[in-house]
Amino acid sequence: MIEEIGTTEAGELVINMGPQHPSTHGVLHLIITISGETIKKVEPHLGYIHRSIEKMCESLSYRQFIYVTSRMDYLSSHINNHGCALCVEKGMQIEVPPRAQVIRVLMDELTRLASHQLWWGAMAMDVGALTPFFHAFREREAINDIMEETCGARLTMNYMVPGGVMADLHPRFAERVKEFMRFFRSKMDEYDELVTNNVIFKSRMQGVGYLSRENAISYGCTGPTGRASGVSCDMRKIAPYEVYGRLAFNEILQTEGDCYARYLVRMAEMRQSLSIIDQLIDNIPEGDFQAKTKAVLKLPKGEFYSRVETARGEFGVYIISEGGTTPYRIKFRSPGFSNLSALDHMARGHKIGDLVAIMGTLDLVIPDIDR
Amino acid sequence: MKKYLSDVFGAIGSLLKGMKLTGYYFTHHKEIITQEYPDKKIKLPERFRGEVVMTHDEQNEHACTGCTACELACPNGTIKIITKFDVTPEGKKKKALDTFIYHLELCTMCNLCVEACPTDAIKMAQNFEHSVYDRSQLTKKLNNPGSKIREGVE
Amino acid sequence: MISLADITAAINHWLYATLPGWAALLVEAVIVGIAAITLFAVLGLVLVFMERKVSAYMQVRLGPNRVGPGGTLQTLADTLKLAMKEGLTPDGADKFLFNLAPYVVIIAAMLILAPIAFAKGFQIWDLNIGILYVSAVSSLSVIGILMAGWASNNKYSLLGAMRSGAQIVSYELSAGISVVSIVILTGSLRISDIVASQQDGWWIFKGHIPALISFVIFIIAVTAETNRAPFDLAEAESELTAGFHTEYSGMKFALFFLAEYVNIFIVCAIAATLYLGGWMPLHIGHWAAFNHVMDYIPSSLWFWGKTFFLIFVIMWFRWTFPRLRIDQLLNLEWKYLLPISMVNLLLMALIAVEGWYL
Repeated sequence: MIEEIGTTEAGELVINMGPQHPSTHGVLHLIITISGETIKKVEPHLGYIHRSIEKMCESLSYRQFIYVTSRMDYLSSHINNHGCALCVEKGMQIEVPPRAQVIRVLMDELTRLASHQLWWGAMAMDVGALTPFFHAFREREAINDIMEETCGARLTMNYMVPGGVMADLHPRFAERVKEFMRFFRSKMDEYDELVTNNVIFKSRMQGVGYLSRENAISYGCTGPTGRASGVSCDMRKIAPYEVYGRLAFNEILQTEGDCYARYLVRMAEMRQSLSIIDQLIDNIPEGDFQAKTKAVLKLPKGEFYSRVETARGEFGVYIISEGGTTPYRIKFRSPGFSNLSALDHMARGHKIGDLVAIMGTLDLVIPDIDR
Repeated sequence: MKKYLSDVFGAIGSLLKGMKLTGYYFTHHKEIITQEYPDKKIKLPERFRGEVVMTHDEQNEHACTGCTACELACPNGTIKIITKFDVTPEGKKKKALDTFIYHLELCTMCNLCVEACPTDAIKMAQNFEHSVYDRSQLTKKLNNPGSKIREGVE
Repeated sequence: MISLADITAAINHWLYATLPGWAALLVEAVIVGIAAITLFAVLGLVLVFMERKVSAYMQVRLGPNRVGPGGTLQTLADTLKLAMKEGLTPDGADKFLFNLAPYVVIIAAMLILAPIAFAKGFQIWDLNIGILYVSAVSSLSVIGILMAGWASNNKYSLLGAMRSGAQIVSYELSAGISVVSIVILTGSLRISDIVASQQDGWWIFKGHIPALISFVIFIIAVTAETNRAPFDLAEAESELTAGFHTEYSGMKFALFFLAEYVNIFIVCAIAATLYLGGWMPLHIGHWAAFNHVMDYIPSSLWFWGKTFFLIFVIMWFRWTFPRLRIDQLLNLEWKYLLPISMVNLLLMALIAVEGWYL
């Protein structure tokens, strides 16, 4: 039911939030029906940043379409590229050398850290504390500098190719990453002091936006949103790819399903990423960083699907190939789309200030939803 | 009653801890990380993807054979190569590069053209200040006027 | 050393000697008026710049540092920009109330300047119910805010103004009770008496535990009264409603903005007067030598130092804590601050009667 702006017969107010708004992270247009201060219904209107990426990919070759996925969920650009490369390799049966596998996992985990850092800063800013935003960006800039030295770009890094990575690691990579980890571990304690244990934060986030386990499964919420409601959906554990099968890390689950649980899951994931990087950084095997492939890639006729765990949830790449050099159809399963669909259910009965907190903990990136 | 008081004291304690952290940052000015641009120039790493340039050596020679591998590799048609036919000393006709047109306004800096080049003729430069007042300045010709291909490059 | 009180006494003497009585009074009133307006303007400039620099250092960045030496002329540039903006009155708004609202808020702020003691003997009007006057006049600014919200003809502004009004009215209770607990110790409402009674030590030290609790409650209550974070729901940008001053632009918005900062100064001045001794230097009991040394520092320096320290603390709050929701805000007041301050008042009365204070 599309609501018109104005007043309904029941005396409820129907108002707009966005598309230009400081706390919807991107161009998200929400139509909110409120009665007094309590929300009755939230309806997201999408499509403000739809760029027909999937259609564009039908005219790009298998080496060329990877750069476009960096621009979908720009905060986990490495992980998106990784997913596409995995799908092409699955179709062509390419074997990725061990050094490239480890490099890919290292870049993924650094990207996950950077994405969670930005989430932390932006969420704190939405709730009202303006200082953590700058602290979070200080750490994120350190990761961006490391990426810049190796990959050449800071945000949309087109570094993964089918068969491996585009260039070898910079000689100073391991040393810089170790320095960053030392620096960041002490900062995580500061994060806890400033935000996690703060009584005002807790009272704004506990008990707000409850999502039960059954609802999380039926809406298809994956990633930290699903894991905070008790759904075990970490792709790195369920369907391990690259070297994740060999690493020792836990899947972090909480059962409360409210905003504070989602917050705690992401903070724990940051520490997990640090421990994964720790296990790998000293044991990078020598060898090739790219498998030898033909210059022009052609996938055999058929359908191929691969999925990876981005910072937001499960990202799936589905390629239908007719045997040529360009795909017949590519579909991306974006994690944000399913997470956003649960917003209406979570926000009913809460106040407007709570809506902002809920959107902050869902960690939405709108270009990912709209593609 | 006891819970009420413990709530109050716990709350005040957590607030004071947060204040201690911001107070620390207020007093320690060496933690400031602002890069004062444009007063202080930023040094970029050598792999930074700024814009595509063609390397020329001291004799104004480049290594581009006009094979159009980069034009085919580019995802959105940023590069356009115009070739001409040179006459070699033996009298045979050989294809050579006339102009290498590069649309900086369309480039996404994805590095696929540099990867595809078989002779390492192009590379990425390290500058990011591309703003111009006139749009036509963004369509660049990468080979210098009067330059020709180096000997022995195939 | 020449003190401010001597200068004013000299000017007073000269005026009454040269002009007839009524003319001298008129000239004095004009001088005081101009001084008050100048003080406002300068304070506004200084406080906005201070806020930007304090927030910048806490956020590991530099604040304004280009305009003028070290960025000091930044606020002047901002004021010029606001003055040149188009002052738009929305269609269908109540023009008279719309234009009147900022002035009501500023006038309420200016009136409170009267009983504040800036230095020894340097008060505009030392009336015998000083503190009660301050408490009463500060409630007038609520009228200005509600006028602004109503006259904007915008349902979001009205919502924001109602919330703001509810918040200010509730927190005045706690602030008032904290003030009363100090008045119990002093025995007088007159500001110069309150300061004089701190001759042998500030009330925050002499009144030990109840005075400390009362001080904390007072600071929290006045942060809420002036709509500062963490209680700034009425003007938060990341909530739906941008507050009661959504429709204001140009000079009128500048007046609201200025009034907020001057209000902060005023409540900090009152807190400094009640708890930290106003212009009274730090005296410890009857240590005559120490007190004599402390007296060398001019009293106006003591006053301004204490006030600016408290202003810094309030700014510290803003940049550290997130915002409270409206129901949590009112919850805090009615369930926590008010009962605690009432119990504290009883405790303070007990202490005053038994003479258990220093």
